[in-house]
Formats: sequence, C-alpha cells, structure tokens
Amino acid sequence: MDKKYLERHISNSFDTEIKTIISQILEMGNIVEQQIQDSVTAIVSTNKALAEKVIEVENDVDMREVRLDEICTEVLACRQPAAFDLRMILSATRIIRDLEHIGDEAQKVAKMALRLEKKGAAPGGYDEIEHMGALVQGMLHSALHAFTQLDVTQALAVAKSDKKVDREFKSAMRTIVTHMIDDPKSIKRAMNILSALRSLERMGNHNRNIAEHIIYLVKGLDVRHSSIKEMESKLGN
Amino acid sequence: MKTKTNENDPQIAQDVSTLQTVGNVFSDNAKMSMRNVNVFYDDKQAIHDVSLDIGKNEVVAMIGPSGCGKSTFLRCMNRMNDTIDSCRIEGDFRLEKDDIYHPKQDVVALRARVGIVFQKPNPFPKSIYDNVAYGPKVHGLASSKTDLDEIVEVSLRKAGLWAEVKDRLTAPGTGLSGGQQQRLCIARTIAVGPEVILMDEPCSALDPIATAKIEELMAELSQNFTIAIVTHSMQQAARVSQRTAYFHMGKLIEVNDTKRVFTNPEHELTEAYITGRFG
Repeated sequence: MDKKYLERHISNSFDTEIKTIISQILEMGNIVEQQIQDSVTAIVSTNKALAEKVIEVENDVDMREVRLDEICTEVLACRQPAAFDLRMILSATRIIRDLEHIGDEAQKVAKMALRLEKKGAAPGGYDEIEHMGALVQGMLHSALHAFTQLDVTQALAVAKSDKKVDREFKSAMRTIVTHMIDDPKSIKRAMNILSALRSLERMGNHNRNIAEHIIYLVKGLDVRHSSIKEMESKLGN
Repeated sequence: MKTKTNENDPQIAQDVSTLQTVGNVFSDNAKMSMRNVNVFYDDKQAIHDVSLDIGKNEVVAMIGPSGCGKSTFLRCMNRMNDTIDSCRIEGDFRLEKDDIYHPKQDVVALRARVGIVFQKPNPFPKSIYDNVAYGPKVHGLASSKTDLDEIVEVSLRKAGLWAEVKDRLTAPGTGLSGGQQQRLCIARTIAVGPEVILMDEPCSALDPIATAKIEELMAELSQNFTIAIVTHSMQQAARVSQRTAYFHMGKLIEVNDTKRVFTNPEHELTEAYITGRFG
C-alpha cells in the first residue's frame, strides 16, 4: 500500500490527526525499545540505577498509551473513519496496547535485576538474556519501521522472528534448569533469571501482535491466531 | 491488491468510462436486474455501461459524489426519467422477468410495483388518511371502505406512523413534522403493495432522530420489500445496506458487501471517496 494513504484527505486537520497518531506511536515505540535495552543491560551488568530508570519510565509509557487512546477515540467519534483510515485507528489502538505490555514486561525484567542485585548473581543465563533481549529489541525496531513504511514483507519477517525467540527461550530454560539441578541453593536466583527470560519471550509475542496489526492495517486481512504458513497463504506468498 | 485506475494517482484519472466494475454486480436471487445501461441527457452521457442486480429483500445502497449518476440510475428503475425529453436510456431493465421498458409496459402499474420515496417529503395537500388511501383508490385495490381503512392502517403501521397519527387521520398531511411526513410518504408508497422501494436520499432533509426512525423502518421493510437507496451519508449506507454500489462519473466502479466496502474496498477510487481523499 502506498504511503499516500497517510495523507491527502480533503480535511487537512484529519491528515494532521493521523500524522500525530503515527508520530506519537513512534515516540512511544522508541521509548519502549530503549526500555528493553536498558532492562537487559540492568540485569546483565547488575546496574541498579538503570533498572530504577526503566521502572520510572514505565509511568511515561502508561500515560502515552492513555493519551494516544484519547486521540484515537476522538478521531473515531468526530471523523467516523472508513477503509484505510478505520484500519489505521483500530491498528493504532491495538499497537499501543502491545507497546504498553512490552513496557510492563521490561519493567518486570528491571525488577528481577533489582532482586538479583540484592541477592547476588545467578548461576547462569545472562548470555541467554542478552541474546534474547537483542532479538526482541530488533523485532520491535523492525516492526516500528514496517509500520511507518506500511511494509507487509517486513511485518511478516517480524512475525517469523517470534519463532526464533520461542526456540531461544526453550533452550535457555533447559540451561537454567541444569544450573538448578547442579546447584539447588541457587534456585531462587535462577528463578529470577527464568522470570526475566519469560518476560522477554512475552515481548516477542507482543512484537508478533504488532506485526499482525500492521498486516491488517495495510492489507485489511485479519491474521491473528494464524500460523506463519496460514499468514503467508492469506498474503498470497 | 487494490484495483488501480492510474499507476501514479487515481485522483487525476479523468476517463473512467472504460473501467470494469469490480466486486459482484450479480445476485443469486435478483428482484431487479439491470444490464449494460447507458443514459444520455442530449449528447452528454450520464451513465456508462452499468450492470447491477438488486436481490430480493436486499437493501442496496448507491453512493458517490454529486453528479456521479446514482440518482439517474435509480430513477431509471421505475421510469421516472421518462418525463425528461432530453433523456435517452439504453440497456435492459428487468423486474424479475418483466422488461420494464417494454413498449406495452403500463408505467402507472410499474410504479405501483416499484415505488419511490424522494429526498424532500412531498405529501399531497390532503388529509393523512387520503394521502395513504389515494394510491389504493387509483389502482382499485380496495373494494369497500372497510378494505381501504385496513390498507391505510396497515400501511401506516408498517411505516411506523400509526401510533402517532391514529387519532388525527383527518388532519392535513402537510401539518406533520418533516420526519413524520417522510414516513407518511413511505406509507403512501407501501399502500399500493410494491415489490421494490426506491429511496432517493430519503433522510437528507431530516434531523438525526427522524433519520434513525427511517433507518430502523428500512430494516423492518426489507423483510417484505426490496430496497435500493441513494444516499450521500456513507454512515447511513453502512448502517442500512447489505451491499453498496459506488458510482463515479457515470460509471459503477465497485459493488461489494457493505462491510467490505467500508473496511477494505477493492477499488482505490472507492477508497479515496469513502475516506474523503477526493480533491
């Protein structure tokens, strides 16, 4: 779909409202992306200040979600959008919800970082966290780019990446369980690592959701709850 | 993939007369079938090769910018354009199997089968009762005063007006509110037992409450009648119809399920119109 659909309304103020929604989603997305990176760094390098920053920023993310929701509600009420515009508003409300959830998960990772900072280091799993963190951060970055470019191919690639995150999570879980068996005294600390890994895996799911919302926005196809194969088939790939 | 009219910009495409209609113009259970319709006002062609079915008990909305030919097309469906000398109509119009433009077709009888409601309520300067009774009298549908009373009551009930006027049937129809007058006109149309009701912007002169009542009425009427409505309100088209036809510069651009048209139209001219992107 051509990016011209983002503008050219007879009403210039409608164009402005759509552009405002897009730019504010990007701002919110960039903050959440930074939250992912900071939460991972905080846990991997036991950085208390950075973990506290992630928790503090979460309020800002929540407020942005509420503000964006308000703007979308106003557009729905005042413009009664149809076709692409309707899908844009629906997708926007769904994307901001997923972004907020990713922020929540980053906050959970930060909280695990604070616990480990108090209790001492876990027996392992840090490399896995770093690796999964980079994966989900990259997914979000690509998803935001796909959103601004209305790029279905890139959105589909993001959805596919979620499988990789799931595989990494399963493998990391096996590693952590091995550590637990080897050193039962470390179970509590290892559980914190597991919890952080679980949060990263959920972030991957939310990224996949965002990719699905982008496909709906651009193609008008609802690909939620579809396998990658089904998605490709619906998209005619 | 959206159907495009112009690689660069659909809005600058001027000649749409050769475009193929996208979507589904046909109905499995057509009450009216129009094929290859061309309409001219003198030398100016107002409709270009339009084909469309209206399914039995279906509500089909016709939308499009002013001058796109939607009202012209609607009025051809019960030969309202016959009175315009400069108007020339080509194509095939069928009410079920009957050719409505057959030289032997009685136009008055046709209009009893295919009624029309106009933009502005136009009650006769007669009583409420006489407004509704007029058609059945002309067409000889009532054999007694009791029959006529029943037709008037049933028609007013179907038009959702009975409760509001039953105690003042002798009062002038012109004394009713705009919304009531429009429902009176609908009752007058129903009274002669039509099979199809055409509506040409029936709510454009009404307030939102009167509009809501007419829209509610349309949903009920569609159980017994086939309805084709021309409207400038896209929200109205979305609310009342099962299929929507988009006209542009005399061409039928797209006909699709209403849900599809308003969430993911097939043609980008439709998209441009319903999202307010025409300049």
